[in-house]
Amino acid sequence: MKAFRLPPTLAGLFRRRSINRAPSPLLARSVPWISVMLASLLPAWLFIASTPYVPPFGFLALVAWRQLRPGLMPVWAGLPLGFFDDLYSGQPMGSAIMLWSVTMIVLDVIEARFPWRSFALEWLIATALILIYILVCLGTANLAGAAAPIGVLMPQALVSVLLYPIAGRIVAALDRFRLIPIMDIGE
Amino acid sequence: MAPSANRRSGYSRRAQYGMFFGYIAGILGALVGAGLLIVSIVNPGAFSALRGAAADAASPGGEAVAEGRAAGRSFYEVVRGYILAGSHNARLERELAVAKTKLAEAQAIAEENRRLKALLDLAQEEPKPVAVTQLVASTGSSTRRLATISAGRKRGVAVGMPVRSPLGLVGRVLEVGGLTSRVLLVTDTESVVPVRRAADGIPAFAQGRGDGRLQLRLINLGHNPLKVGDVFVTSGSGGLYRPNTALAVVTGVTRDGAVARVLSDPAATEFVTVEPAWTPPAEAQALAPPQSRKP
Repeated sequence: MKAFRLPPTLAGLFRRRSINRAPSPLLARSVPWISVMLASLLPAWLFIASTPYVPPFGFLALVAWRQLRPGLMPVWAGLPLGFFDDLYSGQPMGSAIMLWSVTMIVLDVIEARFPWRSFALEWLIATALILIYILVCLGTANLAGAAAPIGVLMPQALVSVLLYPIAGRIVAALDRFRLIPIMDIGE
Repeated sequence: MAPSANRRSGYSRRAQYGMFFGYIAGILGALVGAGLLIVSIVNPGAFSALRGAAADAASPGGEAVAEGRAAGRSFYEVVRGYILAGSHNARLERELAVAKTKLAEAQAIAEENRRLKALLDLAQEEPKPVAVTQLVASTGSSTRRLATISAGRKRGVAVGMPVRSPLGLVGRVLEVGGLTSRVLLVTDTESVVPVRRAADGIPAFAQGRGDGRLQLRLINLGHNPLKVGDVFVTSGSGGLYRPNTALAVVTGVTRDGAVARVLSDPAATEFVTVEPAWTPPAEAQALAPPQSRKP
């Protein structure tokens, strides 16, 4: 394997010269993790919101990656990624660590139970997970001192469920990006 | 979608153990999360240093995005302005005529106030702001209403300082990092601000509802005198918030108070001022109950 070399021009990247090329292992491994972390930061940066209407993008990205590429992220990925989300989300520390870890396990169980899944079933599973996640997040925030009523969650729940397929498409585009063959192999 | 091949570990001992320990680690992660959650419920400030460091690390990104957000909003306002220009102009001219009269009256009253205070030998106290800064981030997806400002310990910000914009009170500093601070917005359900009606000083408490509005609770129960359009300002009782900072305007009357809209909507606020925490005069302080985080 020769040294890492980018194509001379950006156009070269899109010409898809795939013979004698392999995806960069660094890119292929890091993109899922980095994209989930950026998605965790996104709700904080996107709007200064006076109501919680921004979807939990980090959670959407995690579920989307897990559904697109089962086994790409280990079952324990909820621990580090949830920790990062907790630092920025405003939820009490530990809320996302616990819920994301449980989500990864639940998705694994669902995968074993329904090996063949359609788009509708995946969206249904994601919808259930998102709604439960948002509800439990309200519960943990209220335990830690807040007293928000449940009605506050309606817009966020609706937007999150409707945005999930789009989050899935973005994750799919990132998946293609991470597997672009850019490394020169062989003679 | 086809079942993935890497679920089947087959006869490989290594793959079997790998899957097994993966599950163990996943369950351990959930338990660690539950443990941390219990710690942060018992002691909400336990991880504030960690969060402060994280917010400091993310602040360059937040500031860059804040610039873009401001540009995007002003673009939207320009487009909207073109559409609504005519009716706006007429309305503004009417309002300006009224405001000019009111301003002249206010100047007269301010002059009179200054004279009377001089008579009483009271020092004219103008708060010197601790920092003028930008709202860089907020918790958009959580039911908690916390925002991040790009000024921290290095610029003299301390826990408990009130944060305001030119339009009114925004919140108070909850956690301080080196370069950034977390602000508890007045719309958070944990925030309680002592207020009074601007017109006649009826005292009340303004508690956040978590949906961008405030619940006003009257202190003296009985006949509810509030009307839609009443403006509430901070009363300064209990310290912390300087008196006469505009806070909210009533949008709906309830049985024991009112629902109010915050005058300084954080979504439309770009720059905020951090003020020193206000301490009421000595005798008032002895009488007032300590104002702190709600248990």
